[in-house]
Amino acid sequence: MRVALQVTCVNDAMFPDTGKAVVRLLRRLGVDVDFPAAQTCCGQPMVNTGYLDEAVPVVRTFVRAFEGYDAIVTPSGSCAGSARHQHSIVAERSGDPALVAAVAETAPRTFELSEFLVDVLGVTDVGAYFPHRVTYHPTCHSLRMLGVGDRPQQLLEQVRGIRLVDLPMATECCGFGGTFALKNADTSVAMGTDKARHVLDTGAEVLVAGDNSCLMHIGGMLSRQRAGVRVMHLAEILASTEDDA
Amino acid sequence: MTGTFVGMPAFPTAAREALGDTQLRTNLAHATRTIRDKRAMVVAEVEDWEELRVAGAAVKEAALRDLATHLETLEESLVRAGATVHWAGDAAEACAIVASITHAHGVDEVVKVKSMATAEIGLNEALEAEGIAAWETDLAELIVQLGDDLPSHILVPAIHRNRAEIREIFLRRMGDVGRPAPADLTDEPAVLAGAAREHLREKFLRAKVAISGANFAVADTGTLVVVESEGNGRMCLTLPEVLISVVGIEKVVATWSDLDPMMRLLPRSSTGERMNPYTSTWSGVTPGDGPQEVHVVLLDNGRTRALADDVGRQALRCIRCSACLNVCPVYERVGGHAYGSVYPGPIGAILNPLLRGVSDEQSASLPYASSLCGACFEVCPVRIDIPSVLVDQRAAVVDSHRDDRVPKAEALAMRATAWAFSDSRRLAWAERASGLAGRVLTRFSRTTLPGGRAAAGRLPGPAAGWTGARDLPAPPEESFRAWWDRTDGGTKGDGS
Repeated sequence: MRVALQVTCVNDAMFPDTGKAVVRLLRRLGVDVDFPAAQTCCGQPMVNTGYLDEAVPVVRTFVRAFEGYDAIVTPSGSCAGSARHQHSIVAERSGDPALVAAVAETAPRTFELSEFLVDVLGVTDVGAYFPHRVTYHPTCHSLRMLGVGDRPQQLLEQVRGIRLVDLPMATECCGFGGTFALKNADTSVAMGTDKARHVLDTGAEVLVAGDNSCLMHIGGMLSRQRAGVRVMHLAEILASTEDDA
Repeated sequence: MTGTFVGMPAFPTAAREALGDTQLRTNLAHATRTIRDKRAMVVAEVEDWEELRVAGAAVKEAALRDLATHLETLEESLVRAGATVHWAGDAAEACAIVASITHAHGVDEVVKVKSMATAEIGLNEALEAEGIAAWETDLAELIVQLGDDLPSHILVPAIHRNRAEIREIFLRRMGDVGRPAPADLTDEPAVLAGAAREHLREKFLRAKVAISGANFAVADTGTLVVVESEGNGRMCLTLPEVLISVVGIEKVVATWSDLDPMMRLLPRSSTGERMNPYTSTWSGVTPGDGPQEVHVVLLDNGRTRALADDVGRQALRCIRCSACLNVCPVYERVGGHAYGSVYPGPIGAILNPLLRGVSDEQSASLPYASSLCGACFEVCPVRIDIPSVLVDQRAAVVDSHRDDRVPKAEALAMRATAWAFSDSRRLAWAERASGLAGRVLTRFSRTTLPGGRAAAGRLPGPAAGWTGARDLPAPPEESFRAWWDRTDGGTKGDGS
């Protein structure tokens, strides 16, 4: 199986440790993961702001970069959702039948990390060790656009040493929402304030999620409040072993 | 009499004001949570809820697909049953029709059943200008009307008010327009409802003309349906001599049996009840029983515009249940007024631009009034994919500015980003620049994120929108791409 990592633009530029964690984790599980250097972004920032024409060359770059791979793994529910549900809209808009066909090839092969681990590799115990009190925030796109269900929790439950605590009102949006966080900053912050409060209520040391963009928002608020709670991507906890402790 | 949404600022500005109102946020959080939990409970009881949603969507979709035919059938059935049918292209036409019928009967007041269509067209204000007082008889609409207020929710237009505020409004205003509230009025819900009942009773008994909307219009039988909770609708629909119903053309369903899934979906989604207390159905005139003169005003007012939109037309399936409002995290925090329309919340964020277009700033701001979290789609009883329509309407907004002589800063930024994202070499260059900025930030930053990473505190310029309330991690010195190159995918050197 030829497996490609779609690291995502946000992780590439802002959170490289998440990408490294995915590589470490997949190799530990015997997957020889490749990083196609031609990749850039899934195009979601343009699509969700209404710039469909601008998204066309970005989606074209995506399908070219990942052509021929059996699976495209991405540590982001949002970017996986974009590839699976929005690329076809962009391709239709382009009026280019070749792009429509190419998207039909890549879209169903794109997996969010927890989907790939649980559904494709068939593992829930990835041999991780993380001795901390952790609460999990299910991000909206992973939950409602992709339908990852409780796959991330299944994976976390098997982590040795972890103390998982439930997050109150877990499924409510944190308020990030891409350009929403800037265009409607006040509303975004009001939503984030409530999410941060729920995180603090759990007494967790670490907030984990499958999307660094949401974590950047919640974590930025927690940091401004000097809350002392660390945010981490799911991949980084799953990649941790006794050697890291 | 009531306020007006005309001249409302764009969503971000209106939302900012609303967010500062802590009383509003407390009222809304309490009310939406209560109704949301009730809905979740009664929906969970229905084993085939998903199939029911599919059936509901199919009924409305079938009606919309052949709308012209169904409307003609409806008109024939209504006329056969003794009703008079009027067609109104827009709000002004509809209001003029209602005013002229009312004038013809020489009355200066009408009683009203709660109706979104008449709120949409500003009927009360139009009638007031013609010297006709329109009395709202739904409790929440009465609160809004007496308070010179604006509705902020489809089902519960006074959801932004608490009991103490309602008591104050009743005491201050009821006496001006009819029977005053008792001086010893308390803020107990039953006592407040009792005062409204006494106040409204004399209006019901006096009114010659009533105005309603309709939840559904059945084409093959010519039947209008009103679903309600308080019985005020039943009073309006049976006591007066003349009944005028203003009905959006998208309310039509083909057959009586099409009501089956709708009547099971609506109460559970709307009030969180298994069944609503009062359902009234009437087909034209029944001699000697109820109103002897029945008018139906079929209203377009932008609906054919929405129908022509391939993606957006699904918004016309909406049965005005409000489930999407009650689960929306944006609505819960800013309330309904910020949307500047009688249709607030997620459905309002798509319906208003679809009905009116996006040429004005306020309408153009609505598709962006969402984090695209998708909670609305999950609860919609007729499966309107609101997030997808929001994105499509955002594209409509952007496309409407493609020929601007001076492009917006956002458009320039998006074009630049798309340019960088179209070629990985350009992106790698941008990442090197951001890595440099990160190095500078890391050196001078006084903020450290838990875990040890440097962060930026409050920044000036465009970044202020983010850093006003959120720290921003400093960009790493080395991107993932650069790390992969340097270490050959983590196999040599610093492969951690």
